Amino acid sequence: MTLLYFAWVRQKVGRSEETVDLPQGVSSVSGLLAWLRARGGGYADAFADPARLRCAVNREHTSFDAPVGANDEVAFFPPVTGG
Amino acid sequence: MIAIRVQEEDFDLAAEAAKLREGATGAIATFTGVVRGDASLSLEHYPGMTEREIARHVEDARARWPIQGVTVIHRIGHLPPGANIVLVAVASAHREAAFRACEFLIDYLKTRAPFWKQQGGDWVEARESDEAALDKWR
Repeated sequence: MTLLYFAWVRQKVGRSEETVDLPQGVSSVSGLLAWLRARGGGYADAFADPARLRCAVNREHTSFDAPVGANDEVAFFPPVTGG
Repeated sequence: MIAIRVQEEDFDLAAEAAKLREGATGAIATFTGVVRGDASLSLEHYPGMTEREIARHVEDARARWPIQGVTVIHRIGHLPPGANIVLVAVASAHREAAFRACEFLIDYLKTRAPFWKQQGGDWVEARESDEAALDKWR
């Protein structure tokens, strides 16, 4: 699966994009988020407070309980501030 | 005519409005967002999702009001004070549809289109009032 990070999530994680295998036992965005947080370092910092984060699966805004699969593109970012 | 663009380059309000006049008659409402204060902005976005998200809301606006044309241009990259950030322009036969669709589109663009602003090295926080502005469209 493809993971994308934007704004301060990208800065804390230290990269904008990566490809990972769907972690064992992960079936939702929240599961993925917990897995990322458990990686420690910048990931632990970026994913410490899910309330500050938003996500998209395959380029659509979604909630953290949305399902994720091996071929999905999942993006994590702060609330948007365009306009 | 529907035009949605994400670009580093500036835009020309008069030129964009003139394009909407072709074929459209009656009313053209435009909103231009400008960098306020004295600090530059830096904007990034989620390529692919941004255009799709804006297009979805343009379709939503077209279902609500009789619209003849829409132009949405959002700039990214480094934007100095006073620079244009965003343009929403709507053409319709009458002012009410043009005004309302224009406001609807900028309200949704601010809260749903995946752009992020940085000012003076800090990430700009999303504002509750922007989210609350959506209530009038529900």
